[in-house]
Amino acid sequence: MFSKTIAQLAIGLNKGEFSSCEITQSYLDRISAQDGKYNSYITVTPEQAMAQAKAADAVISAGNASIMTGIPIAHKDIFCTKGTRTSAGSKMLDNFIAPYDATLIEKFNAVNSVSLGKTNMDEFAMGSSNENSYYGAVTNPWGENRVPGGSSGGSAAAVAAQLAPAATGTDTGGSIRQPCALTNLSGIKPTYGRVSRFGMIAFASSLDQAGPIAKTAEDAAILLNVMAGFDHKDSTSADKPVSDYCASLNQPLAGLKIGLPKEFFSEDLNPQVAAQIQAAVKEYQSLGAQIKEISLPNTALSIPAYYIIAPAEASSNLSRFDGVRYGYRCESPVDLEDMYKRSRGEGFGSEVKRRILVGTYALSEGFYDAYYKKAQQIRRLIQQDYIKALKEVDVIMGPTTPQPAFKIGEKTSDPVEMYMEDIYTLSLNLAGLPGMSIPCGMVDGLPVGLQIIGNYFAEERLLNVAHMFQQATDWHKNTAPGL
Amino acid sequence: MEWEAVIGLEIHAQLATTTKIFSGASTAFGAQANTQACGIDLALPGTLPVFNTKALEMAVMFGTAIDAEISKTSVFDRKNYFYPDSPKGYQTSQLFYPIVGLGSLEIELSDGSTKQIGVTRAHLEEDAGKSLHDKFPSMTGIDLNRAGTPLLEIVSEPDMRSAEEAIAYAKKIHSIVTCIGICDGNMAEGSFRVDCNVSVRHKGDDKLGNRTETKNINSFRFIEKAIKGEIIRQIEILEDGGHIPQETRLYDAEKDQTRTMRSKEEANDYRYFPCPDLLPIVIEDDYIDAIRSKLPELPDAKKQRFIDQYQLNKKDAGVISSSTAQADYFEIVAKGIKDAKLAANWLLGEVAKTLNQNDLQISESPVDADALAALLIRIKDNTISVNAAKQVFEAMWNRQGSADQIIADKGLKQETDSGAIEKIVRDVIASSDKQVQQYIAAEPDKRGKMLGFFMGQIMKASKGKANPGQVQGLLKPILDSMCD
Amino acid sequence: MALDRQDVEKIAHLARININQEDINEYLGNLTSILDLVDQMQRVDTQNIEPLSHPLDAIQRLRADNITESNQREQLQQVAPAVEEGLFLVPKVID
Repeated sequence: MFSKTIAQLAIGLNKGEFSSCEITQSYLDRISAQDGKYNSYITVTPEQAMAQAKAADAVISAGNASIMTGIPIAHKDIFCTKGTRTSAGSKMLDNFIAPYDATLIEKFNAVNSVSLGKTNMDEFAMGSSNENSYYGAVTNPWGENRVPGGSSGGSAAAVAAQLAPAATGTDTGGSIRQPCALTNLSGIKPTYGRVSRFGMIAFASSLDQAGPIAKTAEDAAILLNVMAGFDHKDSTSADKPVSDYCASLNQPLAGLKIGLPKEFFSEDLNPQVAAQIQAAVKEYQSLGAQIKEISLPNTALSIPAYYIIAPAEASSNLSRFDGVRYGYRCESPVDLEDMYKRSRGEGFGSEVKRRILVGTYALSEGFYDAYYKKAQQIRRLIQQDYIKALKEVDVIMGPTTPQPAFKIGEKTSDPVEMYMEDIYTLSLNLAGLPGMSIPCGMVDGLPVGLQIIGNYFAEERLLNVAHMFQQATDWHKNTAPGL
Repeated sequence: MEWEAVIGLEIHAQLATTTKIFSGASTAFGAQANTQACGIDLALPGTLPVFNTKALEMAVMFGTAIDAEISKTSVFDRKNYFYPDSPKGYQTSQLFYPIVGLGSLEIELSDGSTKQIGVTRAHLEEDAGKSLHDKFPSMTGIDLNRAGTPLLEIVSEPDMRSAEEAIAYAKKIHSIVTCIGICDGNMAEGSFRVDCNVSVRHKGDDKLGNRTETKNINSFRFIEKAIKGEIIRQIEILEDGGHIPQETRLYDAEKDQTRTMRSKEEANDYRYFPCPDLLPIVIEDDYIDAIRSKLPELPDAKKQRFIDQYQLNKKDAGVISSSTAQADYFEIVAKGIKDAKLAANWLLGEVAKTLNQNDLQISESPVDADALAALLIRIKDNTISVNAAKQVFEAMWNRQGSADQIIADKGLKQETDSGAIEKIVRDVIASSDKQVQQYIAAEPDKRGKMLGFFMGQIMKASKGKANPGQVQGLLKPILDSMCD
Repeated sequence: MALDRQDVEKIAHLARININQEDINEYLGNLTSILDLVDQMQRVDTQNIEPLSHPLDAIQRLRADNITESNQREQLQQVAPAVEEGLFLVPKVID
């Protein structure tokens, strides 16, 4: 049961081999028994899940089901779910019962999917290891004491530990792709604006995007079909028609032009990881693709640009957490200023506070031009690099991360060292382009992710490129030892 | 050494949209606390703004009304600061690229002179909620109904040099925004708020002195007092050798003075940056042209039309056209009785006096335009005299009925039958032998003054009901006929 | 970019975040290394480059001026820390 993909579950449900109630109960039981090891869930919602499963079974019996009907998934605790705690991994929202559903949640509800619960995450999506959560670190099923990546670490660990067949995540600087790479999963960060941000607690508004974390590219496509689409409640939502992301999964890859940026293969890259990537590229060649070396000269600048833009936007987005209308308020404030400072000082964790301080500084008087404006200019240069490259190639490939899953606590003493994890993923969010990570090898028993980058709104193509690799190889079928 | 005041005004006009600038909640005034504050207005996590088309339209209407530059691309910026009535911890405003750019308008002063006052810019922003400090002993209550109401912030150039000029400018802006229908102009309800920037310098100096900003004054009277007081205060300090700190002040109406505003004592670094949740507002020439072509008649044009069409004098035309409510009232009456002069006289006379006495706006007058027209028609058709009409008006104001009802109830109909009037005239003449002899004996050019006695007696005899015009028409010829 | 303890305190105040005295040095160290990282940006000449605020080349959509939200006070105030007579309560502010 637990190794089935969503595509397989859908077929089984359709054939009546099992019911949504049966699948859902099985997963709930497994979560109850196993999640103590991983800490991947913050809130499990058994009553609600079973109620949804029951309703789904009725829809299936009536013959009105779509693929996702009755399928249980988990949601990153960054999406507002009405009537359920929505914490964003933070003490600040530990007591926050969301009064409304995010658009993404509404879309899943509309097709009668089942929600198993809310997954753990780096606080306010700030982190690359899920060590910044108020609810404790998440353990990677692939290695005791190893991080699952972040900020969608809970979603990735849950799927990798078979505590959900798939999950939703969000990606601001790599927070879907990097955890997928570290946990042998397939995930996609869609083009900016493809999925609605309404109801998704904001970190960096011009970079955030929601996406699926799944066992296969096909499953990711199935989920993206539900998630994608224009939303009038989100001014940054793209008013573009949505493809059927499953339609061209099996299109042959002959003639596909793949670009390999030389900046993605520098000395910083672990040579064993590099070898796995090169092997994957060779596989693509055998599938008919042509390889071309390209350059994205401003890649290195994506780190400083991102670590100004994201904290700056976050510092403003998080100002609403002030203890006045919801969320954490400190005990016995003596005056308004004390209430603000202690509520925020006690409610936020250190990484969040660090980034708010950096962001506040970057926007402050005298520094705006040198920091924020400069970063936005570099952002345009990075976008231009990609646009130029994508004129010559169809997709761009490289490693998702410079190394496989590191140990819990290994990088927490120096925030800058942690930021280096995102070197290959950040530039995509700055440009707004879509990108995937899929399993492509192992190093010392730990998964390695291949990143595939496409042109604006080319998710269909990306999923096809990923899917064909998964038809020819078995990396994605590996499961964590000792499950 | 002569001092010169330099004054600039920042006016916040609440736009009369049905919903908020970024959410679909109502902006209606007077609702119970927090019943018009949806998730977006409360800044719930995950909520996002969507821009109200009417707010854009109204901003562009204002820009075209003052012949200002309209930006085809404008941007919303975040102004970051913490205050409980600002739920997001930032106000969405426009700093770098406002929707309306440079414009100007003409003001007229009491001596009849005119002056051009520049408008630097006008931009869209959202209003904050309300803080109630006096409701609870140790807590402040926050009502976010007003949070998110669209504001148009209109910034003048520092072109004014006196409180009079500032008031003329503020009233001109008020008449424009109410005339084009983008703001209800209700200062008591906070729809139109004025911040005054005042500094002084020696006349001839081209450097500006430090300015103070006196915020949120909501009546023209207080604006005038605040500015005058501030000018005097600053001059006194400077003459004593002190200096003026750049600061924000509040006007205290009871004490008639400004004082430093505590919460703004520290300079605020607002960390403006373009709002990433909103995209650039882009409009085309045809959008702007369409709005310009649909603008209603502006106060200046209306004034000229009142001069041309109704032959009103410049002063009266200026006063009546300055408010749409007044102008509309006037036109209904003038057209109704086909007499613009009479309509203007009453509007600027009896009606204005009574409104002022009761501290009411014309829109709140218990006697509406049609009712007044019905009264004035009775003057024109000689049913009642002017004096009687004033009595009737007072009764109408006190809701005692329509003009005709009151005339009937109080028996105010004047005598117009010429036979009856002639009888009264002859009776008075017959019983006033002494005065008649004086009249006959007097020089012809001195006789006019003597008519007053007879008029008085005739009006007394007729209990005020004889139509004065008809009396006049009969009295002099009868007396004169007795002279030769 | 050289920061000192005072700078950290000033920024913390702007952001309304309480930082304990004993933690200031750690934040100072963290912030300094982050700012050293971003100083790399100064190496590149961006003189005539237009800043990129939004990755999408799109313009703001306009919403019709119709009421779509009804009174939800009851429901929305359930999550509030302190409410009385429908008002959100905060320690008294003196203007």
